Amino acid sequence: MQKLIRIEPSKCIGCKTCELACSFKHTGEFMPSRSRIYNEVFIDEAKFITVTCMQCDEPWCEKACPKSAISKEMPSGVVVVDRDRCVGCRTCVSACPFGMIKYVPTLGKVDKCDLCGGDTPECVAFCPTGCLSLDEEDKPLRQKILRFVDAMKDGQMEV
Amino acid sequence: MSGWQGKLLRVDLTAGTCQSEKLNEQWAKDYLGGRGLGSKYFIEEVDPGVDPLSPDNKLIMAAGPLTGTYGAANGRYMVITKSPLTGTIACSNSGGYFPSELRYAGYDMIIFEGKAEYPSYLQIHDDKVRLVGAVHLWGKSSQDTEDAILAEFHGDAKVACIGPAGENQVNFACVINDKHRAAGRSGVGAVMGSKNLKAVAVRGTGGVKIADPIAFREAALESYGLLKQNPVSGEGLPALGTPVLVNVINQFGALPTRNFQKDTFEGAEAISGETLAATYLKRNKGCMSCIIGCGRVTGLKGSRFGGDGEGPEYESIWALGATCGINDLAAITKANYICNEYGMDTITVGATVACAMELAEKGLVSEEEIGMSLKFGDADAMVKLVEMAAKCEGFGAKLALGSYRLAESYGAPELSMTVKKQEFPAYDGRGMQGMALHYATSNRGACHVRGYLVSPEILGLPEKLDPQATDGKATWAKIFQDFTAVVDSSGVCLFTTFGIGAPQFAAFCTAATGLDYNEEVLMNLGDRIYNMERVFNLKAGIDPSQDTLPKRLLEDPIPDGPLKGEVAKLDVMLPVYYQERGWSAEGIPTEEKLQALGLAS
Repeated sequence: MQKLIRIEPSKCIGCKTCELACSFKHTGEFMPSRSRIYNEVFIDEAKFITVTCMQCDEPWCEKACPKSAISKEMPSGVVVVDRDRCVGCRTCVSACPFGMIKYVPTLGKVDKCDLCGGDTPECVAFCPTGCLSLDEEDKPLRQKILRFVDAMKDGQMEV
Repeated sequence: MSGWQGKLLRVDLTAGTCQSEKLNEQWAKDYLGGRGLGSKYFIEEVDPGVDPLSPDNKLIMAAGPLTGTYGAANGRYMVITKSPLTGTIACSNSGGYFPSELRYAGYDMIIFEGKAEYPSYLQIHDDKVRLVGAVHLWGKSSQDTEDAILAEFHGDAKVACIGPAGENQVNFACVINDKHRAAGRSGVGAVMGSKNLKAVAVRGTGGVKIADPIAFREAALESYGLLKQNPVSGEGLPALGTPVLVNVINQFGALPTRNFQKDTFEGAEAISGETLAATYLKRNKGCMSCIIGCGRVTGLKGSRFGGDGEGPEYESIWALGATCGINDLAAITKANYICNEYGMDTITVGATVACAMELAEKGLVSEEEIGMSLKFGDADAMVKLVEMAAKCEGFGAKLALGSYRLAESYGAPELSMTVKKQEFPAYDGRGMQGMALHYATSNRGACHVRGYLVSPEILGLPEKLDPQATDGKATWAKIFQDFTAVVDSSGVCLFTTFGIGAPQFAAFCTAATGLDYNEEVLMNLGDRIYNMERVFNLKAGIDPSQDTLPKRLLEDPIPDGPLKGEVAKLDVMLPVYYQERGWSAEGIPTEEKLQALGLAS
């Protein structure tokens, strides 16, 4: 199974530490505009949503790249950009349906999450609430099912 | 420069100009940022005798060198000006996302001077800065103002603004940012209103540079561990927010009730953090970079009121609740929302309503004048009066002056529970002598976030002190006041100090700036800031005779509860405090002291 950043939105507190940790590691500065993970705060609705590249099985960005600069590495399954090949044409930017690959003007190249190249991703290391984890297993999904099952259980009469 | 962005923005509202200016490096080194550096600029540029609501007063928004980084809760800024409520230097702190965004735009602070000809607001998009008209925003709530600005300027902008209370120059109007976070106390929003400045909107896409990234990351990991392990920052605050204190302080016997006529509140359970969590709390929330997450996101669905928002915090629950004798959490939450919408300090408005309640019960003000009957415990009247104060409507115009001027106008200033005309927060100084001393000597009047001695006296952090002892309290007060000045100048939230202290701040500041900020340097820096503020206040005419407490705290023993019989023993502690500070017996900083701190004129 592929290790992915698993996200449990109910644990998020909207602190954007993931954006800070990501940008600090990859640019040397605290610069959320350069983060590869996005923490959005919907205060009126009391919801905090975090998204990043899900390292697609069949990446749109990879298919779209005219210079073969993007590949899905195996066995890690991480979708990576070869900056030597990238010409900054932004075809991948328009191909990704999720907006998770972006063009960086100061580099003239595109940039995306690479799970920090095999280490514990920095966003996971610094997430204060455990909203983010790196796991083969989709534990947030399992938790969601268990919550549903719990509600179902509570609704059952004794037989 | 690392840590600092090295730039400030000077906005002349009279001329309508915005200029970027290089930060004074020596001052930055000596005063760090936020409260220290902002106050240094303010004091250098403004006559202490200035009328706070005149164009000659200035208003400074200042972040610190750690604002917008990670490590603890590094997302704060300060609003510095001369207060219309106290006549002292005012300096109010807030978090949210606005302060960090200001740094990403490339600025450490903004200095506003003069007065705009018509309502205006400032748009900052990195180095593109302009003043634009805000006539269409005037009169709007802080939330509606932000929504309108996001729609017309930039969807990702962060906004700090005033609501109608600031426009009406209510003496305790605040500056609201990110819809629900407040630079709350001392009327900084009224000054913004007097300048016809409705809002500041900022979009920043740059970064904050760190001198030693590896050391900074190490410091952050250490601080994370300490904050997580600490029972207050790791458990109490995330689970119950600041309202965790309602039951704690009530059981201790120092929850001021009915305008400090009693110190235990029979309705405490109904307005506690536990009750809030079980009723209107939707979830907890952190500000930018905060790993604690004490914020309360709430909604009043299912109550007789409507609305959603953030809060109430502990101090607000007390001010709009216990000290008004009110045990109705829905009404308290509603009044809290009104304060955020209109942009008004919950503590002062609640305490002023409580003062009005006592004036009314003592027959010093008539029902006709108030426009309604008014008694302790009347939740509906409280909610109405809070809104009337924000609008300066009817009797609300008197409330808008704060409790001191209100009580004085009825010949009973002793019923105002204030120091230097600013209302107490939610801890009775009779029950904790260190707090009593701190209240009397705080540079912005009664205040809990300039030296939170509740921490050692009640919570036992960093160590447990006997709350009733007076010995040693002067030393503790000085250390807490000086260290708080450091925290306020760094850009980090004061709540982190439950878990981290001077060694961690030294590590952060050193790694961020590349300068040697050891513990001694930092504590000295805090002392320098405290003395600088003191000297400004003295020049502004706030003489040491005002280092005192209301008669009720000094002479009337607590009538009930576990602390029955206690009074504030200020006379024992104050002379020791002056000595500890290196001030004369009259409370004036000596020339030697000022010279040692680099403050000699």
